[in-house]
Amino acid sequence: MKAAIVIFPGSNREHDVAMALKRVTGQEPVRVWHRDGSLPDADLIVLPGGFAYGDYLRCGAMAAHSPIMRDVRARAERGTPVLGICNGFQVLTEAGMLPGALLPNRSLAFTCKDVHLRVETNQTIFTCGYAAGQTIRVPVAHHDGGYTADPDTLDWLEQRGLVAFRYCSASGQLSDDDNFNGSARAIAGVFNETRTVLGLMPHPENATDPLLGGTDGQAFFTGLIGALQ
Amino acid sequence: MTGGSNVTPALAAEHGLSAEEFDRAIAILGRTPNLTELGIFSAMWSEHCSYKSSKVWLKTLPTTGPRVICGPGENAGIVDIGDGEAVIFKIESHNHPSFIEPYQGAATGVGGILRDVFTMGARPIAMLNSLRFGSPDHPKTRHLLGGVVAGIGGYGNCVGVPTVGGECQFHPAYNGNILVNAMCVGLARADRIFYSAAAGPGNLVIYVGAKTGRDGIHGATMASAEFGADAGEMRPTVQVGDPFTEKLLIEACLELMETDAIVAIQDMGAAGLTSSAVEMAGKGGLGIELHLDRVPVREAGMTPYEIMLSESQERMLMILAPGSEDLARRVFEKWELDFAVIGRVTETGRLVLRMHGETAAEIPVGPLVTEAPLYQRPYTRRGPLPDIDPAALADRDPLDCLRRLMACPDLASKRWIWEQYDHLVQGNTVKRPGGDAAVIRVSDSGKALAVKTDATPRYCRADPERGGMQAVAESWRNLTAVGALPLALTDNMNFGNPEKPEIMGEFVGVIEGMRQACLALDYPVVSGNVSLYNETSGSAILPTPVIGGVGLIADAAKAIDLALKRDGDALILIGDTLGHLGASLYLREIETREDGPPPPVDLAAEKCHGDFLRGLIEQRLVAACHDVSDGGLLVAIAEMAMAGSRGVALDPAPSALPRNAWWFGEDQARYLVETDDPDRLLTLAQQAGVPARRIGTVRSDGSAAELTLSGAGAISVTELRAANEAWLPGYMAQG
Repeated sequence: MKAAIVIFPGSNREHDVAMALKRVTGQEPVRVWHRDGSLPDADLIVLPGGFAYGDYLRCGAMAAHSPIMRDVRARAERGTPVLGICNGFQVLTEAGMLPGALLPNRSLAFTCKDVHLRVETNQTIFTCGYAAGQTIRVPVAHHDGGYTADPDTLDWLEQRGLVAFRYCSASGQLSDDDNFNGSARAIAGVFNETRTVLGLMPHPENATDPLLGGTDGQAFFTGLIGALQ
Repeated sequence: MTGGSNVTPALAAEHGLSAEEFDRAIAILGRTPNLTELGIFSAMWSEHCSYKSSKVWLKTLPTTGPRVICGPGENAGIVDIGDGEAVIFKIESHNHPSFIEPYQGAATGVGGILRDVFTMGARPIAMLNSLRFGSPDHPKTRHLLGGVVAGIGGYGNCVGVPTVGGECQFHPAYNGNILVNAMCVGLARADRIFYSAAAGPGNLVIYVGAKTGRDGIHGATMASAEFGADAGEMRPTVQVGDPFTEKLLIEACLELMETDAIVAIQDMGAAGLTSSAVEMAGKGGLGIELHLDRVPVREAGMTPYEIMLSESQERMLMILAPGSEDLARRVFEKWELDFAVIGRVTETGRLVLRMHGETAAEIPVGPLVTEAPLYQRPYTRRGPLPDIDPAALADRDPLDCLRRLMACPDLASKRWIWEQYDHLVQGNTVKRPGGDAAVIRVSDSGKALAVKTDATPRYCRADPERGGMQAVAESWRNLTAVGALPLALTDNMNFGNPEKPEIMGEFVGVIEGMRQACLALDYPVVSGNVSLYNETSGSAILPTPVIGGVGLIADAAKAIDLALKRDGDALILIGDTLGHLGASLYLREIETREDGPPPPVDLAAEKCHGDFLRGLIEQRLVAACHDVSDGGLLVAIAEMAMAGSRGVALDPAPSALPRNAWWFGEDQARYLVETDDPDRLLTLAQQAGVPARRIGTVRSDGSAAELTLSGAGAISVTELRAANEAWLPGYMAQG
């Protein structure tokens, strides 16, 4: 299993996701600089968290036009799984590889804390380590995580089962309070139509070590790696 | 050489140079300085750069130890943590700019301290910040607090360094001068540390990072003066930060540091290109010649004076080994940063600045550095304040007092602040903000560092020497409480105008107390910063020595926190309780009095109790631990209960003390520990000569968890948490 992590200027959680992947695969993922023309052979492409191009203009907007993104799109079209976490999710929406957009949090402030997520489907390579409907606790750390899309798109996502995660309470209930950033329909992550591209705001990679306060993100990576092997 | 005919003593005075200092500059040059030279003397001899009022006293602090690789004098202090690794850290103030423009002032404070650490070859792994604001009722406080927190988050979050701890307090003495102190901790290989001393005449001097603009000119001089009523007009002297460029600069510098290209490197902080060039030349005993027309600039027509004194952010000066230029250029071009060869190291011992073929300034570096003014300022020390007799105070319901204390601004939860900081990035945060100290794993070897900032200014005002001692002791205790061995500290000395003998007396007293505590606790000072003139219209801040402590935990899995863990465990109090209420939060918040002396500090007891506790944690005899400080015993118990969502059935207060002296006294050298083997722990304590007593039992009923006081009722943990969590978000929402 070979994973490639794309590094933009301003990416800052590449190390976190590399550690999470390495814990499962035993291998250090390849890091690819955004100005490299193409990606190496990879079974998984990761766009990590951070502030690509300082989040100037709009989060992810400039990175979406980076040279490497042509190859990311081409590989995704050929079926290579692409995972965008936090800033990576923002890049994928800006690149048009996932529907919707991410608006500033309802509080208009950066928020870093543990949240609960409900796993909406486990019939995907990304979520097969969980049970459908399972509640997990993982951190968020973002300023612009309010998912938004027009009502038709939201209905389409729901009907096709393309909502990956929703913000919920510890017991899995949806509420306005638990949807802390004000996302449409409490959506924390979405798939593309083939469920081979996932974007999510929370950081499962930061919940993969018992020493660091939680391991609910571990099944995300063991499930994903298992499905790809 | 362009002449200095228009540089008069009056212009020198406007630059903050006294008549004697101006005369000294003329003597060094053998002529009157021109404007550029005057600017350089003014910046280098400012309080901020020269430490002219504080140096004689700072020298009395212990700065060495078996683990210390580098003490004060470099960009940051360096301590050996074994396995070929070193921790590099420093704290620095950005008080004056943050008051004038809170977002940029705080943001650039974070940027500056980051550069001090990665300049030395360390990857920054943690940030902390120590904040002090005026009264919550003051019309500016909400705006300043909101701006400072957004600025720290805006910068720190973007650069990808976790902000893991700090403190935030309020007092009317800070109404006109807030304090924003930022600390950065980095990790380096002990054999790859980079220093600033220039070497190798003929070597190229390289400018990298962002372009130079007209922002921040004379920031160092501003930071060395009192504010008048027109402080807002100084806004142009505040710099503007770009965390994205900083992130690129971190990665580019660390990438180049993997090679042997860099001979010396120095960030451009206060006084910009002036101080970096002078310090590099001065430390190397060499000269530097710079061509200012090669400096990348943001706007046309900048004068030598402006280029030398600009405090534009995200810039570094490097001296490269011969033949390394192409390699270095490639690295910086990859990261899309400016890279310019702007000069050479020379043997002349002079700083020579050229612009358009002409000499714009020429100053002998040695005298500029070594003949910088040094003042033995007069000072007066106050006598001790009379004690407060707890028995003379009203007997009040302790739970009612607790409820009020938990909601007071200084004790209220600061979650609203630290949730706006990314405290998890880099994936090594073992203990998050909100406890005694944050814990950061440093490597796969399983080691971890504990980090914390502390100060108790009200103690320092009441008795500077005791306050200085207590600040160091509390820092040492906070690190110990998570299981760490305190290694060394960095200090940020925030005071008023040192030209006033009573302020200088506060400084001298605090240093003396710190000195004694550092010696007694084997806890040297390895770096620091002094911020004086924190006065507005003649009114000074409380003396505020902020101690940034770093401790080592051999096995990160043994780090503990304050959350109560198991029903049925015993709660044990380590240390003596005499019920000291002078200068306490109880006195201030409940009795609305700020008098009395601070608690005495018994340094031998501190060392003995702390070392004993660390042994217990090492043997895994302790499930949770909390240091007892602000607010006293009952506040500490409540904090443990809230963190663990468990209640405690407390034994009655001993009859020898008025009950609120027992519950709220701020006696030092105390810890609360949770254990499932109280008999063993008490026996061990007796053998070690450490006072310890059981004071209660952990008991919870899920959401019905409560603190019960024998004979004085009960309060639910949910209610305590609500009171503790509500104040800050509620206050900020009123804006």
